[in-house]
Amino acid sequence: MTVKELSERQEFSVIAMPEPEREVHGVYIGDLLSWVMGKASPDNAWITIMSNINVLAVASLCDVSTVILCEGVTLTDEIVSSAKEKGVNVLMTELSAYETAVLLS
Amino acid sequence: MSDGVKFHYDVDGEDFTSAGRASVMVKKTLRELGLSPEIIRKVSVAMYEGEINMVIHAGGGCADVEITENKVIIVLSDHGPGIADVSLAMQEGYSTASDQVRSLGFGAGMGLPNMKRYTDDMVIESEVGKGTTITMTVNINA
Repeated sequence: MTVKELSERQEFSVIAMPEPEREVHGVYIGDLLSWVMGKASPDNAWITIMSNINVLAVASLCDVSTVILCEGVTLTDEIVSSAKEKGVNVLMTELSAYETAVLLS
Repeated sequence: MSDGVKFHYDVDGEDFTSAGRASVMVKKTLRELGLSPEIIRKVSVAMYEGEINMVIHAGGGCADVEITENKVIIVLSDHGPGIADVSLAMQEGYSTASDQVRSLGFGAGMGLPNMKRYTDDMVIESEVGKGTTITMTVNINA
């Protein structure tokens, strides 16, 4: 499934999608950034409630296919612009991390 | 063998939000040089962890990266407080980061362990009150 296909599901809204054709393979859930860097795999969808600018650096360096902000968390306009510049896909949902992961299973 | 490509970056200790700038630049360079995604990920994650450590603990520092035919060498130097007990600092989950740093999602005590995990060799030279130099090597297998 691509990030674009995922974004078309009604549960998700697009915050930034500079690379819509990225394939999603697997999921990683976590909010501790170093933990995510140590454990997430490339092409994972990374589900988190963290919303600061460092999330973009971690997503980019780990090469996850998209960040999914859950529980209604969103980003400031400045961080959204930065995500587009850095080529980091970010979706959001009102669902919990667990519910989001179930949808992706 | 000819000398490798060398880069020098200053890591700003005041600006937490820009931490990662040097790692992202290195990542871009490695991609342009055509290195494999796995090598790029190892180098950039290890370097980002080092950068974050310099911002959190040492008020900044500098990063020197050398890319040769068969390895990437990253040297991170700072004039921060130094690491009193390196083996303790190397334990997953051990952290001296502040609550403010933790609220940003850092301070999980995974920085140094991740740097070791993602590199083929890591040497820590640290003196309390003087600073820390960490040399990491990632081998490039043909």
